[in-house]
Amino acid sequence: MAPLLQVDNLTIRFPRAEPVRDLSFEISQGETLAIVGESGSGKSLTALALMQLLPRAARIANGSISFGGRDLTKLGAREMRHLRGREIAMIFQEPMTSLNPVMTIGRQIAEVLQVHEKLSSRAARERAIELLRLVRIPAPEKRVDDYPHQLSGGMRQRVMIAIAVACKPKLLIADEPTTALDVTIQAQVLDLLDTLRRELQMAVVLITHDLGVVAQWADKVVVMYAGRKVEQALPDDLFNDPLHPYTRGLLAASPRLKHDFHYRDGALTEIPGSIVSAVGETGCPFRPRCNQARASCSHHVPQLTVPAEDRLVACPFTTSIKAVPHAAALSL
Amino acid sequence: MSTTDVGNFRSLAAERQSAAEREALAASAATEGPAWSNMKAPDARSQQSAAVAVTNGRRALKVFLSNPNALFGTGFLVFVILVALTAPILYPDDPLSMVGRPFLWPGQSPAYPLGTDSLGRDVLAGILHGSRISLFVGLMATALGLTFGVLVGSTAGYFGGWIDDLLVRLIEIFQTLPSFVLLVVLVAIAQPSATTVTLAIAVISWPTVARLTRAEFRAIREKDFVVAARSLGYGHARIIFREILPNALPPIIVTSSVMVATAILMESALSFMGLGDPNVVSWGSMIGTGRELVRTAWYLTALPGLAIVFTVLALNLIGDGLNDALNPRFSQDR
Repeated sequence: MAPLLQVDNLTIRFPRAEPVRDLSFEISQGETLAIVGESGSGKSLTALALMQLLPRAARIANGSISFGGRDLTKLGAREMRHLRGREIAMIFQEPMTSLNPVMTIGRQIAEVLQVHEKLSSRAARERAIELLRLVRIPAPEKRVDDYPHQLSGGMRQRVMIAIAVACKPKLLIADEPTTALDVTIQAQVLDLLDTLRRELQMAVVLITHDLGVVAQWADKVVVMYAGRKVEQALPDDLFNDPLHPYTRGLLAASPRLKHDFHYRDGALTEIPGSIVSAVGETGCPFRPRCNQARASCSHHVPQLTVPAEDRLVACPFTTSIKAVPHAAALSL
Repeated sequence: MSTTDVGNFRSLAAERQSAAEREALAASAATEGPAWSNMKAPDARSQQSAAVAVTNGRRALKVFLSNPNALFGTGFLVFVILVALTAPILYPDDPLSMVGRPFLWPGQSPAYPLGTDSLGRDVLAGILHGSRISLFVGLMATALGLTFGVLVGSTAGYFGGWIDDLLVRLIEIFQTLPSFVLLVVLVAIAQPSATTVTLAIAVISWPTVARLTRAEFRAIREKDFVVAARSLGYGHARIIFREILPNALPPIIVTSSVMVATAILMESALSFMGLGDPNVVSWGSMIGTGRELVRTAWYLTALPGLAIVFTVLALNLIGDGLNDALNPRFSQDR
């Protein structure tokens, strides 16, 4: 089956920088692709590029975004507007500010239905209540007339999801949908997204920096660093056998719940330096922070290689840690 | 502690952890309640949403109605509007016709409670009918200026780029000209009538609204919910009028109440200079004709002057009240 969305060599250019370079990935119907990386790695820009909503100064310098056989980078404004909300929808990070504060949530949900499905206002309101029920908001008949400030953060994110899935999109882009929510709510919201993905046969691009989220909800993981894809794998492979030094660093820097982690056990390992050090770097962007860097790393940007089935990694010196003793792997 | 005894440190940590667990167990057994005593504490999020609620319409109305100055302003404005509506019923005759002996002082004759002017015209009839032209010009000029200003400002602020540059240049052309001189010139070129005066005032007052609207739009355009609206495939018109404009309204509403007051003052000033509509009586023209007699019959200028002062004051008080109610940053019960 042809993938629903295929991104090829996407490069996003600002006048002075290229925050996303040569990014390729694909996603099939009903699949969840997680894009992981720290702040500044180009995840959110990639999401905006998929929607063709990049900031004014940015433009797509190279590459194509093929969605259902059409190249989104070549579509006109009107055709793209036609796709947005109807076939591609997006959920944003901040539920507190992503809803219009002066409109009731019912009218905000109804509006997207009226715009795209040309429903009458009465029918749209009925559908809005159904959608609120679908995203499990209690007493939707009453809540439909609430203003956003009357709802909690988790509820607002549910409303955002209701708006996003109102027209049954084929692709849902969730840009850190749970970052602003309490941990208890995060799981509920992600479960809801997962249920909706199955029911509506949506493809989901899940952008996150939370590896726990990836482990639980993703079918495929792309790890980004400084605008490039540095590793791609199935979640199981990624967690059992991270190949790129950056992925290993990320994993080492996250608390492991099965070990009953407690802050008094000592500090978490961290990756030294920051992503800013990748700016102006020739060669591997991760080199200044890499504990395995060699002189040759500064010569050219490492190419993606295929070390195993369904895997890609952009580091020529990687060795599977399955080969080394487990204890050594933990002290990366 | 030196850095060499890491192993020791680890075992210490493990021991301490198990001790902490024992303690926690004992504590939970003792109290039976939730161990988190701060569970009911307000978090930043609920606090924030309470602050946002101030912009809610009903709350704003409450703040406005609890402000005595704003209530006085509203009351007086309603009174003026009633007077304007009932003037043709109370004084059906032309207020510019001569009805009695000239220079009757207020209270001198029960038929003319506020006296008569140098030509024997009834001052009270003049003031009542004058409220009609003042309110008409004030409201219509504001409505026109507001419409045009909001259209220009929202277009400039929303689209930005060369459209913004072009429209800002246009606004600046109007703002570099002294506005009252422009007004006088405009009215002098066109025949002075209520309509031309209204249009001329609208022409000089829209740039203020346009600048304000543009600034608001530039700020709100970047908000998340506008990006969200774009991500839903909404067109520009829908985003401008349904998403951004309602959120930009509070400062525009506040400004418009002051604009009405300014328009009334400008109309009065024009009439005072003899550039008003010669066929209708206005507060400004009454002051203008009474000007030469200010030492002998000062009531001829003072009475319509008071009418202007109180009407403009009322509108300004309403503006202040609206500002307090719609702008949460300055409301006292934040």
